[in-house]
Amino acid sequence: MTKIHVQTVVNGDPVEYLADPRETLLDCLRDHLDLTGSKEGCGTGDCGACSVRLDGVLVCSCLVLGVEAQGKTVETIEGMAQGGELHPLQRKFIEHAALQCGFCTPGILVAAKALLEQNPDPTESEIRFWLAGNLCRCTGYDKIIRAVQDAAAEMRGAA
Amino acid sequence: MAKDETHVPYRLIGTRPNRPDGLDKVTGRARYGADISLPGMLHGAVVRSPHAHARIKKIDATKALALPGVKAVVTRADLPTGLTGEDLNLQENTLAGDTALYDGHAVAAVAATSKLLAEQAARLIEVEYEVLPHVTDVDAAMAPGAPVIRPGAADHSVPEGMHPNVARYIDFGRGDVEAGFAAADLVRERTYKTEATHQGYIEPHAAVAQLGADGKGEMWVCTQGQWYIRRMCSAVLGIDAANLRVTPTEIGGGFGGKTTIFMEPLPLALSKKAGGRPVKMVMSRSEVLRATGPTASASMDVKLGMTKDGKVTAGKVVFRMQGGPYVGSSPIGEALQCAFACYDIPNLMHEGYEVLANRPKAAAYRAPGSPMAAFATESLLDEMCRELGLDPIETRLKNAAREGTKASYGPTFNRIGFVESLEATKAHPNLSIPLGPNQGRGVAAGFWFNHGGETSVSLAVGEDGTATVSVGTPDIGGSRASIALMTAECLGIPYDKVRVNVVETGALGVNEPTHGSRATFASGLAAVQAARQAIAEMCRRAAADWGIEPEAVEWKDGAAIPAGPNAGKFPPMTMAEIGATMGSTGGPISGHHEVTAGGYGASFGVHVVDVEVDPETGRTTILRYLVVQDAGTAIHPTYVEGQYQGGAAQGIGWALNEEYVYGADGRLQNPVFLDYRVPVASDLPMIDTVIVEVPNPGHPYGVRGVGETGITPPLPAIANAIHAATGKRLRSLPMSPSKLLAAIKGA
Repeated sequence: MTKIHVQTVVNGDPVEYLADPRETLLDCLRDHLDLTGSKEGCGTGDCGACSVRLDGVLVCSCLVLGVEAQGKTVETIEGMAQGGELHPLQRKFIEHAALQCGFCTPGILVAAKALLEQNPDPTESEIRFWLAGNLCRCTGYDKIIRAVQDAAAEMRGAA
Repeated sequence: MAKDETHVPYRLIGTRPNRPDGLDKVTGRARYGADISLPGMLHGAVVRSPHAHARIKKIDATKALALPGVKAVVTRADLPTGLTGEDLNLQENTLAGDTALYDGHAVAAVAATSKLLAEQAARLIEVEYEVLPHVTDVDAAMAPGAPVIRPGAADHSVPEGMHPNVARYIDFGRGDVEAGFAAADLVRERTYKTEATHQGYIEPHAAVAQLGADGKGEMWVCTQGQWYIRRMCSAVLGIDAANLRVTPTEIGGGFGGKTTIFMEPLPLALSKKAGGRPVKMVMSRSEVLRATGPTASASMDVKLGMTKDGKVTAGKVVFRMQGGPYVGSSPIGEALQCAFACYDIPNLMHEGYEVLANRPKAAAYRAPGSPMAAFATESLLDEMCRELGLDPIETRLKNAAREGTKASYGPTFNRIGFVESLEATKAHPNLSIPLGPNQGRGVAAGFWFNHGGETSVSLAVGEDGTATVSVGTPDIGGSRASIALMTAECLGIPYDKVRVNVVETGALGVNEPTHGSRATFASGLAAVQAARQAIAEMCRRAAADWGIEPEAVEWKDGAAIPAGPNAGKFPPMTMAEIGATMGSTGGPISGHHEVTAGGYGASFGVHVVDVEVDPETGRTTILRYLVVQDAGTAIHPTYVEGQYQGGAAQGIGWALNEEYVYGADGRLQNPVFLDYRVPVASDLPMIDTVIVEVPNPGHPYGVRGVGETGITPPLPAIANAIHAATGKRLRSLPMSPSKLLAAIKGA
């Protein structure tokens, strides 16, 4: 199938790639741009391991075609730390042991960051329902929820 | 190897430092199976049977091979013949021979220059099937008239007159169960069923592999055990183990499901046929659910006798399990051994039947066999306590196994912490929280043997006094942190001066996988022994420098010091100083230990769950959840809690939601996460934990494995809580809203 030239901005950097029209945004990030931090756990939008922001909107990149990124901005886990400085969510995930295998972690961090931007003081229940589309099989979610709460508190304090 | 160090106050053990691989895992840098790519790499895809049972009459790959960019097709005809036993089972499961034995059974594989092209080529491979009658239910598979799945598969253990699908029979016991039942005030007998569930790791199986015409190969793969991958792939493909170098990537969850092979030999076989170009193969989620490691499904009869004050006089179980079409895949033996392991019961009988069925080959899943067994025995124990008006925790205390008890499966327990766990449960504030209408509280206990196993670890002292530890057990949930803590504790240096690496198959002797809750126990034990060797050598170097006997030197706080005033007066010689000069004082300093580790202490846990049942929908909500479990010594308590919480969450899923649903056509109806519904964040409350520490005398720091037991009690605990909330006793899993609603409406 004829490939399509796509120009987009990923984590602030202008990039371009040739996408087969059947390829997902996740495929393009991983296979054409070597951004393998976003993971494929299901390919059907059920697990959230591929979560990225597309023009600021939280999406499953396995449900977006690579060609749809044309002219838009994409944010992935690789862009979350600024310079050498971890985002508070990243730091709190390490401190709270909010990961075991770590495979779901990139998607959960991207999703949690989107939550805190629109709701800086979420209740436990709001965090649980926001992250209900991000499966974690290792932790039972307890430490993930606590890490998000702790990061939110720190970010509110810093604001 | 009883040791003395379990009583000293620790400097590092029991602290909660950040894990060494944390930064990689929160920034997306950690490399998992599908993240590896190589120059010149091809992509593989698999053709799978759409039928539960079918004769393969013809495979025609002409059209696929005619596509430009398609480089190789392999079928069973490309694999060596003459394998026997489990090697043959593994080969059969890698690629079907004459017969496809379950929906999703691999039939052919193809490699091409892109993933899309490989998938297109797979669709062009034409397979002609003759559909055969099938059976997927365990009870149906052993009933008269059931289709015979693999004639002649049954072994000599099976009694005369059984259906040919009954492939293995086990029985053991002690005492006189009939006399035990006669001595009881209450005898009850019930039947239970559990459906198959999947480990549900979020990372699908993935491998990149290369194999040349010279028989030398290399593989990067997400696995719990690189040597198991090496041995099994070598056997299936007929190559020498030493010629296959297997490097484990980071692993995105396994829970037992990544201790064996499924598609892993295929990229090797394709690579060889494609002139040695590396081939990457990544499973889709539906391939994972259709064709990899579910648990067995089970049908179980339990009979218990109890006096009116709660003493169990006799127990009998008859378990039937199917684990797919191959003998030895179901955990029937473990299930029987776990059934009564928590208790000291004088009269016991265990019988088990392994039954073949047209389902995927089962793999280990967290405490394999124990959750099903506990669902049956702990449910009945609770039901009888309720009937006799007895407290469930006191009754368990009355019957609890303790140090010196002859276990239900044979050996005598060393120091164990079941009684301590029950006492800690009794004291927990959750038990005094009042419950409202439609709410109920359930208690259950769980057991796992734990495991030691083949272990080989090396430690090298660095030129700057740091230490590198090479282990063979992939880090699946923080074991690098726990092994670094133990090593640093032993060496007397800071935690961050030890780096633990999980290494490839060429770097160490054979290691068993990270399974059976053995990584922190066995690799930790070997790392401590390796560190002690290095310490002995560092003391010798200091002694030589000081001109005194090595026996006159001891190791303290990361440095060699004279042992007492008679040894002479020398300032401490630090590990950094010894490391800096080791090239001229006798050469590199390292330690190495290899062992088939025994001494793993058994694991016991107690869970308490409060549920609320919606009487209109039958939906069960988990209100609060408590896990109490003996860890021996908690090396890194946060990761111990994580194991308890994760195990409980998986058990909750098994109890309430998760099941393999097969249609009348024998096809799996729910091979996606939308329909195979694992617990999500909004399904669960916080999971409270209590770490009981009864040190294991078989480990230098008292460790016993903590990973497995947590999945076992949720199944019966939730059934017991639902009974308390509704008066209804559910004896088949999952306890889905529809099933519970039917029970409520049937009142």
